[in-house]
Amino acid sequence: MNRPAPTFTTTAAGWRRASGWLGLAGLIAFACADLEVTRGDPGEEMMRVGLGLLRPDFLATEGLGRALANTLAFAFQGVALGAAAGFLLALFWHRRAVRAGAASVRAVHELFWGLLLMQVTGLSTLTGVLAIALPYAGIFAKVFGEFLEEADPAPAVALPDDRRRLGRFFYARLPLIWASCKAYTGYRLECALRASAILGFIGLPTLGFHLETAFREGHYGEGAALLYLLFLLVLTLRFWLRPLLLPVYLLAALSWAPPVWTGSLQTLVRFVTEDLVPAPLKNDGGVAELWVWLGTLWSEQIGPGVWHTLVLGLAALLLTALLALVLFPLRSPLFGNRVSRGLGHFILVVLRTTPEFFLAFFFLIMLGPSMLPGILALGLHTGAIIAHLTARFSEGLTLRDDSPRGLNRYAFEVLPRLYPNFLAFLLYRWEIIMRETAVLGILGIHTLGFYIDSSVAEFRFDRTLVLILATVGLNLGVDAFSRWLRGRLRLSTRGQPVE
Amino acid sequence: MNASEAPAPLFHFRGARLGHGRETVFPALDLTVRRGETVALLGPSGSGKSTLLAALRRQRETLCAWCPQEQALVPMLSVFHNIYMGGLHRFGTWRNLRALVHPTAAQRDSVAAVAESLGLAEKLFTSVDRLSGGQAQRTALGRALFTERPVLLADEPVSNLDEHQGLALLRDTLRRHDSAVVAMHDRALALACFERVIGLRHGETVLDAPSASLTLDDLDRLYLP
Repeated sequence: MNRPAPTFTTTAAGWRRASGWLGLAGLIAFACADLEVTRGDPGEEMMRVGLGLLRPDFLATEGLGRALANTLAFAFQGVALGAAAGFLLALFWHRRAVRAGAASVRAVHELFWGLLLMQVTGLSTLTGVLAIALPYAGIFAKVFGEFLEEADPAPAVALPDDRRRLGRFFYARLPLIWASCKAYTGYRLECALRASAILGFIGLPTLGFHLETAFREGHYGEGAALLYLLFLLVLTLRFWLRPLLLPVYLLAALSWAPPVWTGSLQTLVRFVTEDLVPAPLKNDGGVAELWVWLGTLWSEQIGPGVWHTLVLGLAALLLTALLALVLFPLRSPLFGNRVSRGLGHFILVVLRTTPEFFLAFFFLIMLGPSMLPGILALGLHTGAIIAHLTARFSEGLTLRDDSPRGLNRYAFEVLPRLYPNFLAFLLYRWEIIMRETAVLGILGIHTLGFYIDSSVAEFRFDRTLVLILATVGLNLGVDAFSRWLRGRLRLSTRGQPVE
Repeated sequence: MNASEAPAPLFHFRGARLGHGRETVFPALDLTVRRGETVALLGPSGSGKSTLLAALRRQRETLCAWCPQEQALVPMLSVFHNIYMGGLHRFGTWRNLRALVHPTAAQRDSVAAVAESLGLAEKLFTSVDRLSGGQAQRTALGRALFTERPVLLADEPVSNLDEHQGLALLRDTLRRHDSAVVAMHDRALALACFERVIGLRHGETVLDAPSASLTLDDLDRLYLP
């Protein structure tokens, strides 16, 4: 008996369709991606890295304390400056220009800001601090702005109407969002510690600088020690980050590494008015020449860069989704036992705490340059984050007493209930995956960052600027698409952390 | 009555303490329910009906079809899948997973038969979040029916339905099980459908009698302050 399959008019069917299309895009991306293992003997190198990780050498790095202090100092100053600026911007979040400006500054990765700033302020504290503070200001503006938007307007409305708006803000608006802002700033500091460490890859004197050197030279034990130090900083943060101690930390950061301007105004002016100006315009060429210049840049760098970034990003998104779905039961109270949950928690913490940039670097050393290290790194890191968030959400589910167990429970009871949250987390994270994909180019994977890094090395900053603008465009495009899809599927993660 | 003549006790409590964690609901419960009986549990809210049902289920897990008050349906899935869920233990895992993506004609027919008896045939492939409260409640009942276990344990399974529909569905449901313990709030329905009525108050059984010997007035006394 062959009857036509029934049409399901269910809420789940809509999510399934959207997931199907995204999955298909991911599969196509995998088909297009360069997944070659170019290293001759990846197994042997992996063994050596593994041995290094088991035998960390904490005494090998010279100036370790200095690097550690720099990492902390850049992060604290960057977050303080970014939070202050972001807060001010958030007050004007209803203005379109502020939203657009914030979106643009946060679409540029810390490392790209670092590469640009370095041309003016050199390898200085100021470069490190601003590289963190600028994108973070955009992120803080968005998050604080949205907190304000979602806060209950009733208290402010209930106050007598007069012109003292500032007073009203401090009495009836700020208290409502204060706790969320504080919690979010703490979380951002954790991100800033990682960002600060990564800035070492472009030469700033933080943990990443020594880590890169150690791994590149094959001193894996030394590199492992640096990685564990970063873990230690991030994982102990909640024990030593106390509101009362914040001024002390900040003062210590400022006195250890004062963010003083050491460059000259001349350098800045020259950089902006000459170096960043497209070559044809600088050489008094006409608009026609500019078009030719742009055309060449497009066909040689922007086009391939955007394509590779998209392919890598989409493939990483698919891997992220699959890993998150496999990993979240490992730490969800609805599955497994105490041992399996403990193990799952450990795996997820390690993957979440290791910056995706570091993971990509490790895979690159073991597997050789191709898109594979990037896809693996982004998939593992983001997959662990989404698995963690999804597992946390699953803690709130209550199942009936006779609910099935194991795979049946997963497929029938749990997955459908948390799928909207999972999908929302995934779509929110897509923008961040794209940002990180672009920056992986600095490691030699041919995404936009590769061309950006090369143009900086060649002192062709006019190209750098256009390429960075291309990453901004790509990010904003992906963000807009993700927002559209979330709206269409009515997904929301309101009140839950996603970044 | 000689013990050897009576059917084996299905549920049996003697001086049992029932509760949640430290909180005691029944300090010392004495109760026996035999195979073949249909029992209505009555009593004001908070009298311990749900606690007792949960305790009964723990005694005979594999015999009991379970229909909890908080229906615990998966709202984004169809009526089909929510009813099918009751029968997950009867089939292999791979077959179940297949049914989630693409149910076979046989699977559709067996669930459709249950849905039809509940008046849900039209809504079989619609998700529960698009149903009315009464339709959702019938879906939860359908899930219990599809468990295909002989003893029904249900907590207010027809509270959202109108009188006539409630009576018809309850009778039909009881006919498909050989024993049942059902928490009810509709006294007339309890007298009409069940052989035995147990009245609870503050964690004590204050009434336990064949329904034929009871009047609505007897039951009303349970709820007096």
